[in-house]
Amino acid sequence: MNIFFQQVLNGLTLGSVYALVALGLTLVYGILHIPNFAHGALYMVGAYMAFYLVGSLGANYWVAMAGAALIVALLAVLSDRLIFHRLRNAPPLHDMIAAIGLLLFLEAGIQAIWGAEFHRLAPPYPQIVRLFDLVAPAQRLIIIAAAFGLMFVLHLFLTRTLTGSTIIAMAQNREGASLVGIDATKVSVLTFAISGALAAVAATLFAPINLIYPSMGHLVIMKAFVIIILGGMGSIPGAIVGGLVIGFAESFGAFYVSTNYKDIIAFALLVLILSFRPQGLFPSGARA
Amino acid sequence: MMSKTWQKPLLAVLLLLAIVFPMIAANDYYIYVMSLAYIMAIAAVGLNLILGYTGQLNLAHAGFMAIGAYTVGILTVDYGVPYWFAFVVAGALSAIIGFFAGLLSLRLKGHFFSIFTLCVGFMIYLIIEKSDALTHGTVGIIDIPAPTGIGPIRFDNTWSQYYLVLFFLVVSLWLMSRIVHSLLGRAFIAIRNGEDLAETLGINLMRTKVLAFVLSTFYAGMAGALYAGFVRFIGPAMALESHTFDMIAFILVGGIGTLFGPLLGAILLTWLTQSLQFLQDFRMIVFGPLLILLVMFFPQGLIGYWRERQARRAAASMQDRRLQRSVVGSQQEVGTNA
Repeated sequence: MNIFFQQVLNGLTLGSVYALVALGLTLVYGILHIPNFAHGALYMVGAYMAFYLVGSLGANYWVAMAGAALIVALLAVLSDRLIFHRLRNAPPLHDMIAAIGLLLFLEAGIQAIWGAEFHRLAPPYPQIVRLFDLVAPAQRLIIIAAAFGLMFVLHLFLTRTLTGSTIIAMAQNREGASLVGIDATKVSVLTFAISGALAAVAATLFAPINLIYPSMGHLVIMKAFVIIILGGMGSIPGAIVGGLVIGFAESFGAFYVSTNYKDIIAFALLVLILSFRPQGLFPSGARA
Repeated sequence: MMSKTWQKPLLAVLLLLAIVFPMIAANDYYIYVMSLAYIMAIAAVGLNLILGYTGQLNLAHAGFMAIGAYTVGILTVDYGVPYWFAFVVAGALSAIIGFFAGLLSLRLKGHFFSIFTLCVGFMIYLIIEKSDALTHGTVGIIDIPAPTGIGPIRFDNTWSQYYLVLFFLVVSLWLMSRIVHSLLGRAFIAIRNGEDLAETLGINLMRTKVLAFVLSTFYAGMAGALYAGFVRFIGPAMALESHTFDMIAFILVGGIGTLFGPLLGAILLTWLTQSLQFLQDFRMIVFGPLLILLVMFFPQGLIGYWRERQARRAAASMQDRRLQRSVVGSQQEVGTNA
C-alpha cells in the first residue's frame, strides 16, 4: 500500500511539473502556431534564476520563485518581440530554426556563467509529512499543491476575465478575434509572459528535489511536446491530463518495469499512439 | 542560375584545391580538421535532401549518424568484423531503421514531424546510452580500428584518411547532384513547394517522402561509419540533437536546398570554431544568434544569395535587351509613321 502510494505521489509530482511546462507550450502554440523549442531553455533559465536568487542573494524561496517567474516572463516576451513576431510571415521552418537558435544561445549563455556542472537548490522544506502510515516529503506536496493551485488560477483567468478570454478567442480564430477588436500584439505578449512564468515556476518547484544543469530542459521539453501532442496542440485541459498521464506512466513504469528506461516510456507512448492516430488523441483542441 | 559554361572549370579548380590541400597545410592537425569537416559535410548533404529539398525538418539526423558509427564500432571492436564490411552494414542498417522511422514519422506533417523526429533522435540517444551490453553505454567505444587498406593503399595516417574521406565526399556530392537533378529530385522539390499541389501532380507523397528520408539517413549512416573509422572513439553524445543543430547551421550558412551549401557551411563553420578555440564549449553563444539572424535576414544562405544575384543580373540584362529592342522598335515605328 505504502509503495503504491509513493508511486502515486511521484506520478502526481512529475505530472504536475510536466503539466505546467506543457501548459505554457500549448498556450504559445495555440496563439502563434509555432512549436517553441526554446521553451525548455526558459524552464532551465528559470531554475538558474531561482538558484541565483536563493543561493547568491539569499532570497526567500517564494520570493525567488516570483523573481524567476518575472525574469523568465520578460525573456519570453523579448523572444517574441525580437524574433517570433518578426518571423510571423516566414515559412514555419524558419520559426522552428529560430527557436532552436534561441535554445542554443540560452544554454550556452547559462553554461558560460555558471559552468556545466550540477547545482542544487537547498530544499526550503526538508520536512517529512506523516499521515497514518503514509510518508511524504513536504516538497512534493508543495509541488502538487502549488501546481494545481496555479492551474486553477490560470483556468479562472482564462475563462472568467476579459483579458483571459481574448487569449482563448485568439487561439480559436485569429481573424475573428481581430475583427472584434482584439489587439493581437497584446495577446501574444501576454501569452508569452504567462508561458515563461509557468516554466519558471515549474522549474523552481521541481529544483529542490532535482539537479540544476544547462541541459536540464531537454528531457522536460520533449516530454512536454509529447504531452501536448497527446493532449491536442493548443488544448489546455489536454495539457493537464496529458501531463498527469505521462507523470503516472513514468513513476509506475520506473517502479514496475525498469528505472533505466523510464525516460523512454513517454516517447514509446508517443510512437505507439501516433502510429495508430497520426492526428493525436484529441485532434480538435482549442484550435479552430 | 550558374551558367553551365564555367560550372565545370570551377568544380575542377575546387577539386584540385581539395587535392593539394594536405600539401600546403601547415601541419597534420589542419588536415585532420578538414577531414572532419568533410565527414560532417557528408552528413549535412544528406540532411539537406530531406530539409532543403523536401522541406521536412528532421531533428533525428544525428541519431542516424550515431547508428552508422555504432554499427562500425560494435562490429569491428566487439566482433572483429573487417572495417569495410562493417561500413556497408552501417549504411544499410541506418537506411533500414530510417525506412521504418520514416514510415512512422512522415505520416505527421510540418511541426508534428519535427517534434516527433526530435523524440526519435532522443530515443536513439537513450537506447545507445542505456544498452551497456551492446553499446558500452556512457563509456562509448574506444580503439575502433582505422579503415583497412584496399590493395596497395593503406589508411593508417591522416593524409591517406583525408583522401579517403575526400573520395567519399566527392561521390556523395556527385550522387546527390544526380538525385536532385532527376525526376525524383523534382518530385522532392515539388513536395517542399506545396504538398497539395505535388499530390495533384500525381506524386505519391508518402512514398516520395519516405524515399527522401531513407536516402538522407543512408548518408547519415555513411558519414557516421567514416567518423568511427576516422576519430576512432565514439560516445552516445553524438546522437544528441545538438549535433543535428550543428548540421542545420551548416546548411543555413551555406545555402539551404543547394548542392554545395552544406559543404561550404561545414567548412566555414568548422574553421570558424577551430580558429576561435576559446569558443569550443561556447560556440553556441555565437551559433545560436547566428541561426536566428540567418533565418530573419539571410534565409537563402551564401550560395542561395549568390544564385539570386546571378538570377537578378540575368533578368536585368534580359530586361535591358528587351528595353533596347522596344526602343529600337518604337523608333522604327516613329520612322515609318513620319
